[in-house]
Amino acid sequence: MRRKNRLNALLALCTSLATTPSPAMTTIHTEKSLYRNILVYEEDGQRCMSFSQRNQTTRQTCQSLTDPDQFVFTYTRMMMAALYLNPHPRAVLIIGLGGGVLPTALARMFPETRIDIVEIDPAVVKVARQFFGFNPDQRVQVFEEDGRVFVKRAGKSGRHYDLIMLDAFDHEYIPEHLLTQEFLFEIKVLLTADGVLAANTFSTSRLYHHESTTYQAVFGPFYNLRVQMKNRIVLAKMDGLPPLDTIKANATALEEKLKPLGFGSDWLLPLFSTERDWDPNARILTDQYSPSNLLNTLVF
Amino acid sequence: MLHRLFVFLIAGWSGFLVMAIELLSGRILAPNFGNSIYVWGGIITVFMLALAVGYLLGGRWSLHDPSLRRLALLLLAGAIAVIPVIFLADPLLDWLFDQIQDPRYGSLASVTLLFFIPTTIAGMVSPYAVRLLVRESAQSGHFAGLLYFVSTFGSAAGTILTSFYFVLYFEIDQILAGLVGVSLLLGLLALFFGNSGNASKE
Repeated sequence: MRRKNRLNALLALCTSLATTPSPAMTTIHTEKSLYRNILVYEEDGQRCMSFSQRNQTTRQTCQSLTDPDQFVFTYTRMMMAALYLNPHPRAVLIIGLGGGVLPTALARMFPETRIDIVEIDPAVVKVARQFFGFNPDQRVQVFEEDGRVFVKRAGKSGRHYDLIMLDAFDHEYIPEHLLTQEFLFEIKVLLTADGVLAANTFSTSRLYHHESTTYQAVFGPFYNLRVQMKNRIVLAKMDGLPPLDTIKANATALEEKLKPLGFGSDWLLPLFSTERDWDPNARILTDQYSPSNLLNTLVF
Repeated sequence: MLHRLFVFLIAGWSGFLVMAIELLSGRILAPNFGNSIYVWGGIITVFMLALAVGYLLGGRWSLHDPSLRRLALLLLAGAIAVIPVIFLADPLLDWLFDQIQDPRYGSLASVTLLFFIPTTIAGMVSPYAVRLLVRESAQSGHFAGLLYFVSTFGSAAGTILTSFYFVLYFEIDQILAGLVGVSLLLGLLALFFGNSGNASKE
């Protein structure tokens, strides 16, 4: 989803990502952080942040140079479907910053809303500010720490959010302690009575079945949004799933607000599904049993 | 001959045990302290310190009437010291989470309380085993080398089996129980063999 085969093939040709220029791609910035190599580059009128490992890259964020408000990635557009379940969030928690596309858009759409972001890698925060127009202030705050630690402590101090966006995974590596039943229960503690969770997850491996049964065990039924065999967003709500009629009404009310992001409800609404297309017997992921990265290498 | 085999088995197995537990400790700490680089830093620091202390103590202890029987007792003690991890980790980590805000020191304290003692005991095995193998000083390097080989090979096996396979099929506590079980079995067998006849004096 954040990876593009064409880009991969191109980058694989370059033995050194950091230094070899290619005609199609301009390197803007490279940085070695504690956790990964960060690469900022421009290509086809877009500026992208990618995490590179060997000659593989996973694109974390891309921004159109001519229209930076527009959402480039399918998955970020799908994440905004959370607003159809709760159209006016007052307090938002986002786990995983990337280039800050989600918080920047939400902060613009909802000028009164408080937004907390947790990002483990200080270098990612720096790069987001420097190259992607991410601009935290008193209302939009970044906490540089592990998502699980933040969530646990926030729960103990009685903090609440009516929208939580979980965006800490990519296709190369999953923080396994952020995909367990216990973690999702800790998330639940943070959600208000009508709070919504939107999780950006996987749909191409054996892990699909395990994460499905895990979300089901904690939240009950959820909306499952999939595009092809790539992107998957899980949407769950504390007080039960609103019917599609409510979703449609909210979508209509939000149409103007979402327009600058480059998509509308005609694209997003048909993705909503409650069909259980997974193996119901897949073992639930827990703090005791969480081989998510291994499961993610196994065939669907 | 069987006597030697037991010495090598115990050394190899304690290498296996230490690395399997070290890997699992990252898993055990993650729900409370996360998976940041400093959590792993804390884990590795404590395990290295515990091993260092263990080497010192094990060498010391080998000065007094060394025997296979006592080596077996070391392994049994190490196994028993792992048991509290299975039953006490959750409440202890929850308590430390409330006491210590900084995840660096929280994880450091957790690893120390949960793993320092079993790892120290496991560290005592290697020098003690060298003492049981060496009969003349000219051969001491040879046997020390063999012993390091077996114990480090055990560590490699414990690392790969745990991270590639055990976690895919078992829960953390089940793996720990399995490690304790094998340690107890091997320790009791060696104890029985060390006690029977005067094999230990060879």
